[in-house]
Amino acid sequence: MGGILVYVLHYEGALNKNSLGAVSEAAKLAGELGTTADAIVVGGADLTPELLGTLGDYGASKVYKVEGPEGLAQPVIDAMDKVIGENGHSYVIFGGGLLGFEIGAGLAARRQAGVTMEVTGVVVEGGKLVAERPILGDSQISRSHYQGDLGIIIGRINAFEVKGGQGGAAEIVDTAVEFSPWSTQASMVQRGEQRGADVNIEDANVLVAGGRGLGKAEGFQLCEDLAGVLGGAVAATRAVVDAGWYPYAAQIGQTGKSVAPKLYLAAGISGAIQHKVGMQASENIVAINKDANAPIFEFSDLGIVGDLNKILPKLTEAVKAKKGG
Amino acid sequence: MKICVLVKEVPDAAVEKRIDPSTGRMDRSGEKNLNPYDTHAIEAAMQLKEGGALQIDEVVAVTMGPETAVRALHKAVSLGADRSLHLSDDALAGSDVAATGYALAKALEKEQPDIVLLGQQSDDGECYTIGAVVADHLRAPSLTQVIKLDVVDGGLRCERQAEYGYDTVQVGLPAVISVGDAINEPRYPSLKAIMGAKKKPLEKAAAGDVGIDTSLVGADGSRVQCGEFKAPPAKSAGTIIEDEDTDATVEQIVAWLDERKLI
Ligand SMILES: Cc1cc2nc3c(=O)[nH]c(=O)nc-3n(C[C@H](O)[C@H](O)[C@H](O)COP(=O)(O)OP(=O)(O)OC[C@H]3O[C@@H](n4cnc5c(N)ncnc54)[C@H](O)[C@@H]3O)c2cc1C
Ligand SMILES: Cc1cc2nc3c(=O)[nH]c(=O)nc-3n(C[C@H](O)[C@H](O)[C@H](O)COP(=O)(O)OP(=O)(O)OC[C@H]3O[C@@H](n4cnc5c(N)ncnc54)[C@H](O)[C@@H]3O)c2cc1C
Repeated sequence: MGGILVYVLHYEGALNKNSLGAVSEAAKLAGELGTTADAIVVGGADLTPELLGTLGDYGASKVYKVEGPEGLAQPVIDAMDKVIGENGHSYVIFGGGLLGFEIGAGLAARRQAGVTMEVTGVVVEGGKLVAERPILGDSQISRSHYQGDLGIIIGRINAFEVKGGQGGAAEIVDTAVEFSPWSTQASMVQRGEQRGADVNIEDANVLVAGGRGLGKAEGFQLCEDLAGVLGGAVAATRAVVDAGWYPYAAQIGQTGKSVAPKLYLAAGISGAIQHKVGMQASENIVAINKDANAPIFEFSDLGIVGDLNKILPKLTEAVKAKKGG
Repeated sequence: MKICVLVKEVPDAAVEKRIDPSTGRMDRSGEKNLNPYDTHAIEAAMQLKEGGALQIDEVVAVTMGPETAVRALHKAVSLGADRSLHLSDDALAGSDVAATGYALAKALEKEQPDIVLLGQQSDDGECYTIGAVVADHLRAPSLTQVIKLDVVDGGLRCERQAEYGYDTVQVGLPAVISVGDAINEPRYPSLKAIMGAKKKPLEKAAAGDVGIDTSLVGADGSRVQCGEFKAPPAKSAGTIIEDEDTDATVEQIVAWLDERKLI
């Protein structure tokens, strides 16, 4: 049995939380399998020995450090291919997000491996890993069994708990990688552009979130009015952020923020998995959607089937009256 | 130059998707349609062709799937593709992502496209990853979830949202790009285009015709077996209110919130 290798994403000198969750999960599984968990990072000067050493705290034995471009998948595929080829890892785990999908799938192609994405649980059975993936709108769970020398697991964000305090500093192994010609055919022009205002939603107890159902950018006024009287902030889906209706800083989900307010009120949001993963930990979820079959009703505590244009203004008035009275 | 667009036939959005317990695979007996996400890829191809910054001579729709999948190709050509290629072989049935991507790459090798476009996800398998697999086999640079595509310096300038905000990436050709659904508003096919779709050239290929090693595809060649299912943990259903009288509805919402001390 070879070890488990985890790709650790970082940005501006900070390690990604979902990657740390994946390292923690890998360390736990490696313990059960009787092997070790290692990490691999690809980047530049902000990957200091101090920063990388901290990965030992989450259970990583070795950290393979590769100098290379950041934010692109294909150089990481080259790096992981080399490290696995030389060290014989049996499994690879990613924390989720976006790059993990691209790297994991490309690596599966490169090393003829099986890959499972959106994984929410991994168990050891008969000395092998079995990955569990919710499918068809989370109505069923599919269990993946791997064949061959390598199994690739791409987690859902927030699926793996971050567990520190597991050990001392990890051993850092500097690794030189010659990148494939096609890996160098893509180059980052600008990374991490924050479109729209820098709003703070993470500290809010109440979030009123708006989606494509608001109809247009101006529709967000309805959410802002309600958030105002509830003493909360406004959040958004990727669909409306991509459309330029609301700032990226307010986006909840797989490539946005993860939140857990006391109240999450979703208006005109379908409840796609990528949105759900960022808000399902909220204490109370209320959804307003005109489509009775919208997936969001599957995980709402209170669901209102109706037109938000009719409901939101009256709700704002009623809350205001309640508070005043 | 040539663009190949990868398209897939999926169960219609109105059909409840389910796994056939006897085969452990998607039940594909109901109404089917072109994967809606793929219409954005076809539209992106048409805009590149019509934009003129690159001399695009041909847009080719490519699918891998059973006999019926030809309807996805008809739809694709009615949306503007010039011809299509249908990779179909019993040996391919039950392929996982890695095997599907390998088989599609083999078919593409024969076409030698300058640009390969895909949808962001299929509406049934939702694996998001075929593009990355195809790209590694074709040894081409690749990005997924691209929502803006411009021709710059003879290559593609791509924008997409990633973990830390929006990234802009310059990609040389040939390239494999999966487009996000925010990239464009796909056009509707004209009646004339729908009528003419079956007249556009359609080529069929079996695994052997494009040099696929059949030991690497199909259920047996797949390295991941996803045919075992279990129910998710049961959760208590929430309260549902149908809004008929909005004043009454709002009163109920306020009472619900007040009970939980959320106001
Ligand atoms: C890799 C990847 C990452 C992603 N990351 C994220 C992410 O971080 N966050 C995120 O949110 N999404 C993300 N997505 C996108 C996600 O899959 C969905 O496309 C998105 O969440 C949909 O946004 P929406 O609910 O606003 O729009 P839609 O899905 O279009 O839903 C609009 C809803 O509004 C309802 N509606 C319309 N009019 C009214 C009305 N008048 N009154 C009441 N209801 C109405 C409709 O019934 C519908 O349910 C990601 C996708 C991928 C592939
Ligand atoms: C519920 C479910 C769960 C699954 N889970 C897994 C899993 O965890 N791991 C795994 O390896 N396999 C899995 N599969 C199998 C996988 O869906 C198939 O291998 C499928 O052929 C490719 O994946 P996708 O359609 O989900 O692709 P996606 O990556 O979601 O599709 C993206 C794009 O690729 C193109 N494309 C996809 N398929 C074709 C095709 N046949 N012909 C032409 N273009 C195409 C389209 O442009 C599409 O928009 C699962 C299948 C189902 C039904």
